Amino acid sequence: MAVAFDEMTGQDGKLRPAYRELSAWLGEIRPDVLDYRRREAEFLFRRIGITFAVYGEADSQERLIPFDVIPRILSAPEWALLSRGLEQRVTAINAYIRDIYGKRECLRAGIVPEDLVFQNPVFRPEMNGQKVPHDIYVAIAGIDIVRVDDQTFYVLEDNARTPSGVSYMLENREIMLRLFPELFSRHRIAPVDNYPDELLATLQSIAPNTAAAEPTVVLLTPGVFNSAYYEHSFLADKLGIELVEGRDLFVRGEEVFMRTTQGPKRVDVIYRRLDDDFLDPLAFRPDSVLGVPGLMSAYQAGNVTLANAVGTGVADDKAVYSYMPEIVKFFLGEEPILRNVPTFRCREDEHLGYVLDNIDKLVVKEVHGSGGYGMLIGPAADKAMLAAFRAKLKSAPANFIAQPTLALSTCPTCVDSGIAPRHVDLRPFVLTGRDKVRIVPGGLTRVAMKAGSLVVNSSQGGGTKDTWVLDG
Amino acid sequence: MLSRTADNLYWLARYVERAEYLARILEATQRLTALPLAYVGESNEWESAVATAGCAGAFYAVFSEANEENVTDFLAFSTANPSSIRSCFEAARTNARAVRTALTVEMWDAINGTWLELRRYGNGPTSREELSRFLRWVQESSLRFDGCAYRTMLRNDAYWFTRLGVYLERADNTARILDVKYHMLLPAHEQVGGPLDYFQWAAILRSVSALTSYHWVYRESLKPWLIADLLILKEEMPRSLASCYENIVTNLDRIAAAYGRQGPVQRLARSVRTRLQNSRMDDIFQRGLHEFIQSFIADNNRIGTTITQQYLT
Repeated sequence: MAVAFDEMTGQDGKLRPAYRELSAWLGEIRPDVLDYRRREAEFLFRRIGITFAVYGEADSQERLIPFDVIPRILSAPEWALLSRGLEQRVTAINAYIRDIYGKRECLRAGIVPEDLVFQNPVFRPEMNGQKVPHDIYVAIAGIDIVRVDDQTFYVLEDNARTPSGVSYMLENREIMLRLFPELFSRHRIAPVDNYPDELLATLQSIAPNTAAAEPTVVLLTPGVFNSAYYEHSFLADKLGIELVEGRDLFVRGEEVFMRTTQGPKRVDVIYRRLDDDFLDPLAFRPDSVLGVPGLMSAYQAGNVTLANAVGTGVADDKAVYSYMPEIVKFFLGEEPILRNVPTFRCREDEHLGYVLDNIDKLVVKEVHGSGGYGMLIGPAADKAMLAAFRAKLKSAPANFIAQPTLALSTCPTCVDSGIAPRHVDLRPFVLTGRDKVRIVPGGLTRVAMKAGSLVVNSSQGGGTKDTWVLDG
Repeated sequence: MLSRTADNLYWLARYVERAEYLARILEATQRLTALPLAYVGESNEWESAVATAGCAGAFYAVFSEANEENVTDFLAFSTANPSSIRSCFEAARTNARAVRTALTVEMWDAINGTWLELRRYGNGPTSREELSRFLRWVQESSLRFDGCAYRTMLRNDAYWFTRLGVYLERADNTARILDVKYHMLLPAHEQVGGPLDYFQWAAILRSVSALTSYHWVYRESLKPWLIADLLILKEEMPRSLASCYENIVTNLDRIAAAYGRQGPVQRLARSVRTRLQNSRMDDIFQRGLHEFIQSFIADNNRIGTTITQQYLT
């Protein structure tokens, strides 16, 4: 694998302009001061209660995601490019989902294979021919971006269901402002703290037509035991909306109400952080106690907006991912601004053969997996793991895609031995309302804390950084 | 606001208040048992502590004897006792976490900080000195939480439900102390006198942090019927039943005004307050202190249930 592109020093070790001030500051600050602030940051995070639950770890119901105090910086032109690309991509995703549950022109045109849609467990037949308010399916998207060199950003993954992480974007900035005011005064950094306002405006803009002039918006959480519960409560608080659980809502006469101390109150928009499967035990999983019985009937009657809509999983599946460039061209008639990571579809014989032969050089991912679970990193795997994955591939090739092991860009990071480069990715958040698309300049930068590791997922020990977009 | 949110706030406040009360009982008991027998008699103060905490049933299901070690463990640290100080703080924090959005940052900080610090005490202190420090810390944590609520919360229904939790729990606690110790407060004891009673009375006052207040209000040496008067009828005494009910009525009225609707719980609370306002200690003693307190505890419970029915479900 080639030497990775470094966000601060590029490929050739030459300081990149966006990092000039940061680099100087890193040279000036005493190591013990930096270390002291690091510990202070951890203390603050724990005190605020930002924790994250990791499934499968019995003892750590609440764990802290490691936070790295060295920011990741994007220049204004870089951000302008990303931001245009993101808007284009999410606009295409919305058009695609509308088409899948409507006219299906892209299937007839052969852009996406039919079985990929209809045999996909996240395809929702209930949504066929169903109109959603203002045709917006994905109001909140999180698009994972990686960088491999000075010029090239790839989309690694689209998250069109219930993307999380935006609270870290906001809290990381707060903590940095508190700990390093002098560093901020040396830069002009675009603010991110208007995200809650933008989100609320987006959600209000997609209220159903039957809603009151001032629509009631709520955030639906699975509850305190969900890994992202902190974020749910954080956002509800910043938006000034009620944080509800399924049991707080009920459906009467195809309208949704919440139980309040003053009696039932109608709900117009539900920002739901609950998967489709659990939304309504009458329509989906009958054993769900997290959902609201009858919710789908109110939804189908057009009396409530769900953000995101039901069935958006058909767009962010890893198998559909490989068709995104064609999807963008088909629906928008434009060349995609953001590229995909070259992807081998194991469902195609030709690709499968290549993947089986080169498995030790590739990253193999399950098409329905997420969070870094169920994937194989070829170069890091031993013989037994490779053999096991080969067998899996042969028995169900359509369940997998493969990608070359990318040299993800690195960013200077505080580690035990000092400051060292660690691989990073970026998740910006894209808000689509009836009126316009809103993107706050920044996002969540995730960092693999282990040397050489490419896995940035917080469930696998990844950390986060503040992300700065320079303003001019 | 959401019924569930109001319910969580109400219980959050109750749990914190209860933890403080348990700490006060333990502290008072510890003090009392440290005195030479000649001053306090043969009575088992630890037994009385369990009764005052209102968990005799649960306690004797686990232990056969009430002694310092068992009672301290059960009331302060036991995870098997849902009303131990530890369980109260755990439950308070769980409730707080479920309603993060309804709490101010300062309140969350107070309760989360308490919860984090609780871990430092592990399975309990190893010495009496450490226990004393722990009990102080519990009371300070509760005061801190209460102070944060008072100073930072918006004056809206969220605040009023929190206050209701505090005063309902406080009324219940004061009533329980009176119920366990009522025989000590009967005027018949006037003749007995002696150091034994003096220290018992002082302990009662201490467990509701009213020893100094007593002297300021009455400017007299400790007299049992005055202690009963202070804890039941004196509105200026913040832990008296009368003061608690003054506050319960006020907060219920604020909720009713904000919602534009009075309900059964407002009527019920007013009738309890009126009864307290119209009572004189002489009459209460005449009709029976024990009966009076028993009926008060029942009324207080009924108001708790009615609040739940009217607002929290």
